[in-house]
Amino acid sequence: MKTGGSLSIWFFVGLSLLVNGALIFGRGIWELITPPEHRVVLYELHANVWWGGLLLIVGIVYCWYFSPARESKV
Amino acid sequence: MTATLLIVPLQLVHLSVVDLVIIILYFALVLAIGLYLKDQANTGEDFFMAGREMTAWVAGLAFLSANLGSLELMGWAGNAYKYGILAAHWYWVGAIPAMLFLALVMMPFYHICKTHSVPGYLKLRYGQGSQALSSISFALMTVLMSGINMYAMAVVMRVVLGWDIHFSIWVSSITVAVYVALGGLRSAIFNEVLQFFLIWAGALLIPILGLIEAGGWNGLQAKILQNLTEQHVANPGAYTHLWSTLGNFADNPMGINWVGIVFGLGAVISMGYWTTDFLVIQRVLSAKDLRSAELAPIIGAAFKMLVPFIVILPGLLGLALLRDPHTGNLMRLVPGDLAWSEAGRAQGLHSYDEVLPLMLARYCGPGLLGLGITALIAGFMSGMAGNVSAFATVWTYDIYGALINKNASDDSKVRMGRWCTLLGVAVSIGTAYLVMHAQSIMDYVQALFSFFIAPLFGTVILGMLWKRATPAAGFWGLLTGTLSSIGMYIWVKVDPGAVRYVALSSQAQDQAQNMFRALWCWLICLLVTVVVSMVTRPKSDQELSGLVYGLTPVPSVGKVSLVHRPVFWATVVTIVFVILQIIFW
Repeated sequence: MKTGGSLSIWFFVGLSLLVNGALIFGRGIWELITPPEHRVVLYELHANVWWGGLLLIVGIVYCWYFSPARESKV
Repeated sequence: MTATLLIVPLQLVHLSVVDLVIIILYFALVLAIGLYLKDQANTGEDFFMAGREMTAWVAGLAFLSANLGSLELMGWAGNAYKYGILAAHWYWVGAIPAMLFLALVMMPFYHICKTHSVPGYLKLRYGQGSQALSSISFALMTVLMSGINMYAMAVVMRVVLGWDIHFSIWVSSITVAVYVALGGLRSAIFNEVLQFFLIWAGALLIPILGLIEAGGWNGLQAKILQNLTEQHVANPGAYTHLWSTLGNFADNPMGINWVGIVFGLGAVISMGYWTTDFLVIQRVLSAKDLRSAELAPIIGAAFKMLVPFIVILPGLLGLALLRDPHTGNLMRLVPGDLAWSEAGRAQGLHSYDEVLPLMLARYCGPGLLGLGITALIAGFMSGMAGNVSAFATVWTYDIYGALINKNASDDSKVRMGRWCTLLGVAVSIGTAYLVMHAQSIMDYVQALFSFFIAPLFGTVILGMLWKRATPAAGFWGLLTGTLSSIGMYIWVKVDPGAVRYVALSSQAQDQAQNMFRALWCWLICLLVTVVVSMVTRPKSDQELSGLVYGLTPVPSVGKVSLVHRPVFWATVVTIVFVILQIIFW
């Protein structure tokens, strides 16, 4: 849904999820390599790795599906 | 200066570089969206109604997001800690029936008459008296409430993050002012959809990890029962049951009974809010066609049903799991005025409203913490953007265009809308500073807002469903309903014993009083409207075409399959709603 512009709102949503997911996932990987001194409860589940990874994947899918280049072809 | 300002804050969480990057990127993105859309807000329809071209999904998510202010998130998580699962009534019986009623019964009238606002509908249906009364009260209350929310948000940010209260107020409000003034409703809606996703991305992890730690729902219930029994709390089982303790005012922590919940909350207050509060209705009015306009509140209702999982559940998890990190004893949260007093901070007390940030700090390390804080900021900004865009529209069309400059051109309305956005933010900031110096104002303004909702619903619903309701009756019904609500409020303030008449029980607590006061003033509004209608002259059928049930040919949604029909999804939502009530009975 472009609602007047050439960029869809869903593209902005994807961009935000992609960037946030990449930052959180990256931080999670860093913590796997160098475990922090002060740990949150359930640290051993490494939520930042899988939650960040999930956001990153959803963000990539949204950015691809609603990218201006792909939408202009459709 | 209040005690809250004098104390030295004890910071609840510390942000890392990655957290700050996530928060800064969020601010950059919302401003970028405003700048990107500024060239698409040149006409009145574009600026105030987003061109009336939103899809059902966009309008539906914005409809819900405008309601998901940060106080909604943190305040209701706090209420869940205080009252248990009873707080979920505000999301289920106190929202879902009203949202479905809006979609299937009321939306066709709002959509067909092409009104710009709810006061605009009242003008078409009843005349200028009702429009002026509702628009002035709405405009005033909207910006005042926005200021109160802004102040409360800034206080929480100070407690949680140690941020300066002035910094929080100015940075967040200027950002909202810029993106709404530039792109109008379209920009507000775009950002609300983005904020909706960020709120879920930032908050959903808490209940997931919390349930893992508590051992699932059964483990959570057992821990709450054990903790409350240890603390000698009366009726600890009432904290995890929705309906079974509502037979008597004294049997539940909220001090309310099922009559107050079903009729006061479900039938009047929630109907009033979800069907007549222009803050949320404006989002649905931007839908591109009738089917989208009907589907939008249904999509909103489906997600509203899930909000307790990110708001109520963290409150319950706090009740079960929060322990003092130093002593290992159960942590007991207290009211805000006590927690934020000098003595409270010295003892390391936390308020009910801090339960969500406390749970966030419990499970979320760097990165996730930044996303969680972004969710809280996004909640605040979506609520504030909703307030100022609705204020700008009502002021421009229902006060400036209707009372001050009846011949205003479309260009001048857009200019007025942009200035009103800035004015709305400025008044909100002023209110925030006013409340900072006299916090009792907060209680009075919140009460004032509640005075108008129930009678307005009475006036609108009679206007839509009963063609005999006359212009004079609409005005007098709305006025007497509002005055009776104010009268009951003052009566109980002056004589607390009067609560046994207003709320039918001397054991009724604040929430119960609000429910029953709304119920009575709604009934008074209906009664006065009916009586005055009987002795005054109605409008002709021709004048009421497009505005009243029975005189308005409602267009079909077209030849679409069952799964594309609003009534199908309304049925699905209703079934899930009923199942949830049974599961948590």
